Amino acid sequence: MNLLRTSEQNDLADAVRALLAADSPASRVREIADDPGTAFDPRLWGRLSGDLGVTGLLVAEEHGGAGAGLGEVAVVMEELGSSLAPLPYLASAILSAGAIGRLSGPETAARLLPGIAAGTTVATLALPSAPAPAATATGLLSGTLPNVAFGLQADLILVPAVRDGEPLLFAVEAGAPGLTRTPLTGLDPTASQARVVLDGTPGTLIGPAGDALAPVLDLAAVALAAEQLGVMRRCLTAIVDYAKIRVQFGRFIGSFQGVKHRLADMHCTLEQAESIVRYAAWAADHDPAELPVAAALAQSYVGPAAFEIARDHLLLHGGIGFTWEHDAHLYFKRAKAAQHLLGPTRVHRARLAAGLGLA
Amino acid sequence: MDELAEFQERARAWLSERSASFETVSGVAKAREFMAELHDAGFSGITWPKEYGGQGLGVAEERAFHKAAEGHSLPLAPFGIGLGMCGPTLVSIGTEEQKRRYVRPLLRGEEIWCQMFSEPGAGSDVASLQTKAVLDGDAWVVNGQKVWTTGAQFCDYGLLVARTDPDVPKHRGITMFVIDMHDPGVTVRPLRDMTGLSHFNEIFFDDVRVPLDQVVGEVNGGWQAAVTTLLHERVSIGTGRAGTQRAASFEALAERARAEGLTGDPSVREGLLDLYLQERAFDLFNARLSQEAKAGLHPGARGSISKLLLARLTLDSAAAAADLLGPLAYDPLEESSGGLDAEATARALTWAPGMALGGGTNEIMRNIIGERVLGLPREPQVDREIPFRDLKVGTQKETGR
Repeated sequence: MNLLRTSEQNDLADAVRALLAADSPASRVREIADDPGTAFDPRLWGRLSGDLGVTGLLVAEEHGGAGAGLGEVAVVMEELGSSLAPLPYLASAILSAGAIGRLSGPETAARLLPGIAAGTTVATLALPSAPAPAATATGLLSGTLPNVAFGLQADLILVPAVRDGEPLLFAVEAGAPGLTRTPLTGLDPTASQARVVLDGTPGTLIGPAGDALAPVLDLAAVALAAEQLGVMRRCLTAIVDYAKIRVQFGRFIGSFQGVKHRLADMHCTLEQAESIVRYAAWAADHDPAELPVAAALAQSYVGPAAFEIARDHLLLHGGIGFTWEHDAHLYFKRAKAAQHLLGPTRVHRARLAAGLGLA
Repeated sequence: MDELAEFQERARAWLSERSASFETVSGVAKAREFMAELHDAGFSGITWPKEYGGQGLGVAEERAFHKAAEGHSLPLAPFGIGLGMCGPTLVSIGTEEQKRRYVRPLLRGEEIWCQMFSEPGAGSDVASLQTKAVLDGDAWVVNGQKVWTTGAQFCDYGLLVARTDPDVPKHRGITMFVIDMHDPGVTVRPLRDMTGLSHFNEIFFDDVRVPLDQVVGEVNGGWQAAVTTLLHERVSIGTGRAGTQRAASFEALAERARAEGLTGDPSVREGLLDLYLQERAFDLFNARLSQEAKAGLHPGARGSISKLLLARLTLDSAAAAADLLGPLAYDPLEESSGGLDAEATARALTWAPGMALGGGTNEIMRNIIGERVLGLPREPQVDREIPFRDLKVGTQKETGR
């Protein structure tokens, strides 16, 4: 088990961080977030995929990707979380690339993956929902997908549907007939969401869904935990910095034990979350048998922990943290939205309990 | 085979041949015999300087020895304070004579050491200690009381910090001494703690004469040495227990819950999950810390994170075990099953506060994490510039304003 980053991974983190600092400062994120439901930064997406090529990390080299692992993806996700960049990285480069890479036949993979790897195709995966859309024998899909991340901007939507009682994954293209996409105003203004309605919409069969999707969702759970870690780290850094400059009662507030001790506890949580994320990423790359429990562990621990830290970082700012103009609420909202993105915490805990023989 | 592998192989061979005869016996005399053999074989004080009785090797060799010792339970407990705290302090700031006189017998188990810092009036605030040493001709005369001293009943020497100048602020008037624990003026009294047993001692000093050459470091310069010693302690408390068996581990509780058919009870299951998350988070953090250390990154004050987390885990897991079992009544004559039973749980529950308090309270750990890891400003110190004799110290009989 290796819980340390390699020097290449550190270099990758530096490169992503530098790009985000230059192209996605808080002011830019807020500008994008002002248009609720549609938050997406295409210019940044172009730089991240074009200049750094990180949209192809999980795609095999034969399809134009880097054939890298969760260790690298986690590095990128942590930086994205830290900056709140409004990008469909999880949806496209992880969930969609992962699902097509694992579940589709070679021809479909060769057709779809190069675009996803290059970032020229923005793809998303609708998380399994009930009732699942129905598919006809000829691949026409009908049904509603209540909540699809970046469903509005996606060029390709992967849809888990049911045909003759069998769960299958289809790909629907943006211009397909019978496809309606409605932006949703979610809690998190930095991530776009849409309701997608399919009405006899043609889809391409990718492969099996249902249980076959589980490993892909596990990878996403680990990647999301890395994003949550980035949120936590940024929040803690922000409030620690503030506690060193904010004076009340003639003292820096960070010198009061009431503040200092909470920050110390938050730091302990961060250190543990980081360790869990590193472990889960290691398991994803090196020990697939451990991945289901590691993924459930990551979401069960890091999801709620990220929200607690985002919440407390807001509260410890005092009144300024409650204002619209302060960034604290953006992190607060991202942390809560992320906690439920792949299912509420109770779902991850139930999977963890099952994995530990407690069910 | 390279030298390192050869060293590890030699350690493995020696341990499998010799340690078996010591693993089942107890008692300090037997432990001393083991240490002498260990030293003769070249495995005691691996990284310590050769001229003082160490082996003069590197951390790689020390790690190789620990690897070879995995699975063996060596009778090293009586020497923990000497090897972990007193010895390193002597090696770094002791005089040449002190190093030549004390280090080798310490490494051979011939002389066992203890550490005498805490006092009834100086717990978290050790620098407010009141035990005093007064210069009288060719010796310092020590009077006062220490507490929470591990192993003092069988110790030969101890490191003491005492007040040598009450007219300067508290941190500047402290001196460290080597104390002969067999001096007639030293009285060791076992302290009965909440477990009903005596893990620690109180020590009383009545006109103990300490020769001038037994000062460790500078006169009135004892505080920095004490701080370094305590940092070593925290790292070893936090990380040392990682991976060792816990009385109330998640696995032990889960096994019990399964046996009782309780895993279907939502409150039991949720409680077990919380314990699993806490335990796993702690273990993985410690594993990362130790991988960092092996990669050359010293944990420094982050050792305090480990200590704080272990304190919380120990308390929480023992309480969770008690809650799972229900009434903790057991027949003291009945043999313990060794698993999670009422006796083991009661023991874990009553021991847990000691683990949380020893080596610094949770509040002190949070101060250290806040100030030395996060770099937060210190609390304004009202006693920093006041001569010690003008300070209020310890528990005051009259209530404050």
